[in-house]
Amino acid sequence: MLYRQAGTFKTSYAQDQRLLPLRQDRTMMVALLLLAFAVIPFSASAYWLSAILIPWLALSVVAMGQNILMGYAGQLSLGSAGFMAAGAFACYNLMLRVDGLPFVVAVLLSGLIAAAIGIVFGLPSLRVRGLYLAVATLASQFFIVWVIDKFGWFKNYDTSGIITTQDIVMFGHIFASPAETYLVVLTFVVALTWLAMNMAKGSVGRNWQAVRDMDVAAEVMGLSLLRTKLQAFAISSFYCGVGGALFAFTYLKSVEPAAFDINLSFRILFMVIIGGLGTILGSFLGAGFILLFPVFLNILFHAIFGKAVDATITSALEQVIFGVLIILFMIYEPLGMAKLWQNFLDRMRRWPFRR
Amino acid sequence: MGYEILFFIEVLVGGLLSGVMYSLVALGFVLIYKASGVFNFAQGAMVFFAVLSLVGFMELGLPFWAALPVTVVLMVGVGMATERFVLRPLVNQNEDTLLMATIGLAFVLEGLAQLAWGVEVRRLDLGIPDVPIMWLADLTGIFVSTLDITIGVVASVMVAVLALVFSRTKVGLGLRAVADSHAAALSIGIPLKHIWVMVWAAAGIVALTAGMLWGARSGVQFALVGIALKALPVLIIGGFTSVPGVIVAGLIVGAFEKLAEVYIGPYFGGGIEGWAPYMLAVVFLMFRSEGLFGERIIRRV
Repeated sequence: MLYRQAGTFKTSYAQDQRLLPLRQDRTMMVALLLLAFAVIPFSASAYWLSAILIPWLALSVVAMGQNILMGYAGQLSLGSAGFMAAGAFACYNLMLRVDGLPFVVAVLLSGLIAAAIGIVFGLPSLRVRGLYLAVATLASQFFIVWVIDKFGWFKNYDTSGIITTQDIVMFGHIFASPAETYLVVLTFVVALTWLAMNMAKGSVGRNWQAVRDMDVAAEVMGLSLLRTKLQAFAISSFYCGVGGALFAFTYLKSVEPAAFDINLSFRILFMVIIGGLGTILGSFLGAGFILLFPVFLNILFHAIFGKAVDATITSALEQVIFGVLIILFMIYEPLGMAKLWQNFLDRMRRWPFRR
Repeated sequence: MGYEILFFIEVLVGGLLSGVMYSLVALGFVLIYKASGVFNFAQGAMVFFAVLSLVGFMELGLPFWAALPVTVVLMVGVGMATERFVLRPLVNQNEDTLLMATIGLAFVLEGLAQLAWGVEVRRLDLGIPDVPIMWLADLTGIFVSTLDITIGVVASVMVAVLALVFSRTKVGLGLRAVADSHAAALSIGIPLKHIWVMVWAAAGIVALTAGMLWGARSGVQFALVGIALKALPVLIIGGFTSVPGVIVAGLIVGAFEKLAEVYIGPYFGGGIEGWAPYMLAVVFLMFRSEGLFGERIIRRV
């Protein structure tokens, strides 16, 4: 009743090809964008902006990249943190060595660099699939981080171990306050999400899904597996690289290889699985969940047990609960939180009827 | 013998020995994959959980020969719980879902181990000396300890036993049927529940063995979980479904890792050990995508 397709009449091809064909979707999107751009920067506290919203947005970009590779193209990948590192260090080096480079350009260029690396490490996907491919992507993860660590040039021969990122400078203005940084990240995220939605809905996305569902049949149909798979790796690595650069420059405010280790790759994997494979919304939901869940558990434990509990015990307990949650999700809703949202929308479609 | 050759042999032997240890961990993976078609990401956590519990029981006062059977029973219990709460609800789901569930299981086991037994590093004393055997060193110049030989023997025995079980016994055949397709195996009457409890318990015991030997060598600590990641190149090169392949591939990976570190490493400032096995695995994959001994998979449209 509240959410329905009935009553949507399309009178032109342009209307038929819209990203969001239902009016309710468009209304929700407009409201969301208004909230994000006009309300939050002025009303949210600095803590919320810099500790929760900014990392959430940056990680959502990475999760979108991972989703493109795993959810749409069906290529199992465990190397996302490696590409994040590539993007972050590329951005750092570009801003260091090219005078007066605007931040936007630096970020986009580092995305392209990460994409190039992604193509190289995506080559095994032409030979292997599934778990074997996942192990091959692990090679990219370890190798990229090792290269950045070993060759001091990337870190500008810094010996202190902590390299602070440069300020974000565009059009002569330094974006330093949490609200300003938030707006920069938000703009990137909105643009990249729009791009991803278009790709998912268009022939690019359909090619990927064909490869995911049955690549032998896709090849028989005439799809070039080489182009499609490498395209998926390239675009996914672009997103991971951009996300990594944003993550380092706006949240961590530093670049170090150790921040982009295999554990981060696993966290991004979980974001995509729990959020919902093959959905754009799932990337955001998953990133939010993985980011907020430890915070929430922490608050819960403090409320229940007070300060009397050892930090190692709470972290171990968090791990157990996290593992149980993953298992429960796999049993009851393997399609993730995006599917839960979809179920809710379906009920809204039928409301006030039950089925 | 010339110093160069002696050095090479020493590095090689060291690599082979560490390779055998990787094989032990990889064996658990292969066991479960061959018997239920599930890639058990929690194997590393199982190794950690098993040996930590063993040490924990010993700290509680039980002597080694009492703690061992208790830990075995515990691992069987873990196998039963896994079957009941993780595998049974996910019968016949696609392998990605099962993989994710085992990752969740890994987290649960890691967390439980730390909750129950704490996070300090512990030593495990098996009573087997880890010092080089003197007469052997004098004779050949190679440093090998009793522990190393024990590890090699144990690994070979386990591999031989499991290979025989899978290829010669009815139980083994049933396990392979289950790995092929859960639904088909159920439909011809193979008791999935019992089979899975057996297999996961067996994998738990393999994990305990691997954990004991690793723990005796380098102490019982959380880093043990990361060993599982090292076993992955072994699985790739040997093939996920081959028990003898595990030993061969383990030797290859171990030897390659050490040799690369010693001979190629210095050109890059060292640290190659971290990714060299994976690169080797990728190269192998390009030429033989199912591993040296893995089953050739024929996919139909």
